[in-house]
Amino acid sequence: MQSTSDEVLIGRIANGDRLAMQVLYARYHVRVFRFVVRMVRDDSTAEDLISEVFLDVWRQTGRFEGRSTVSTWLLAIARFKALSALRRRPDEELDEETASAIEDPADDPGTALEKRDKSAIIRKCLMGLSAEHREVVDLVYYHEKSVEEVAEIVGIPENTVKTRMFYARKRLAELLKSEGIERGWP
Amino acid sequence: MNAINKEPERHEIEALLPWHAAGTLSRRDADRVEQALAGDRELARRYDLVREELAETIHLNETLGAPSARAMEKLFAAIDAEEARAPRRQRSFDFGSRVSEFLSSLAPRTLAWSATAAAVAIVLQAVVIAAVVVKEPGAPSGPSLASAPSDGSFAVVRFAPQATANDITNFLGAYKATLVEGPLNMGGQLYRIRLSETKLPKDEVGKIVRQMQSESKVVGFIAARD
Repeated sequence: MQSTSDEVLIGRIANGDRLAMQVLYARYHVRVFRFVVRMVRDDSTAEDLISEVFLDVWRQTGRFEGRSTVSTWLLAIARFKALSALRRRPDEELDEETASAIEDPADDPGTALEKRDKSAIIRKCLMGLSAEHREVVDLVYYHEKSVEEVAEIVGIPENTVKTRMFYARKRLAELLKSEGIERGWP
Repeated sequence: MNAINKEPERHEIEALLPWHAAGTLSRRDADRVEQALAGDRELARRYDLVREELAETIHLNETLGAPSARAMEKLFAAIDAEEARAPRRQRSFDFGSRVSEFLSSLAPRTLAWSATAAAVAIVLQAVVIAAVVVKEPGAPSGPSLASAPSDGSFAVVRFAPQATANDITNFLGAYKATLVEGPLNMGGQLYRIRLSETKLPKDEVGKIVRQMQSESKVVGFIAARD
């Protein structure tokens, strides 16, 4: 059975259909949450933000013109909300979070085994990327966004999207090298 | 080995590898990448690195869990509160947002790239289009373009009620047409558009008008007019 298209749902939501809103929420809340939580690094804040994102959808469906996909539109709203929340957060809190995200757990015997696991090291290094680099990597690899869609969500030119992705991958390679994984690139 | 020996081209292809791995390239770009990968062993090795990153990024994101029911409860409580305060009206005709959205879409890039005269014409057109989209039966007349040019080929159009300012702008842009006069004193919110700055043969004008007529999302009525 074919599910209702996102555009049809948006049309129903514009007419005040609460059930359509529930369907849209069910369809996207996990992905939006994961996108936001990678930015704000706090589950509780991310939950608050996704409520706000979907509330904006409820209020603004009349402005959705279908030039982008609904998921791209949702992620663009989510990104704006997350950045606003980060701006409200004290700098010390951010510094602590960044430090904990890239902290080397080498001294912890419990992680010694994990360090031998290449996959786990790659994931750790992905966590250690800057917010800007994490964002583009997640949008491309996890949220399956095209160059054009990333440009729309992040608000940068398409060529900058490609360049940013290149430098994100280059930085990842450097982090991996510092963890003892030499990939022979770049 | 048949590696890509033009370095800029290789760099360009390499930049596309993450999107190729995610399956989000256009068919044309995907074919280009596939071709390059087939003949370049080093590029293929780098593509394997990309696929490794992709797999781990998915793994990482999948371990992030999901929001609790609290988020949904909070959302629908907020929606209920809003509806109780001010029941929703049909919002297919949101005046303020449509006008401001259209005007903001013009600035600053559109205006910056236009010559001054062209910019003035665009702004006038914007104001008129804004008036088109906010027009309601019985509403007072909106702004008009008074000094319409006489050279070229023209048509008279009534835009579809559901057409947004962006729809109209895109429609005019796609046909390289310009809104030059209106609303005309003929009733029914008619506008004169210029199809070409030079006089086109009658059958060519007819062909363009027929094509435009098929754009029912934007065009309610259209006819060629001298």
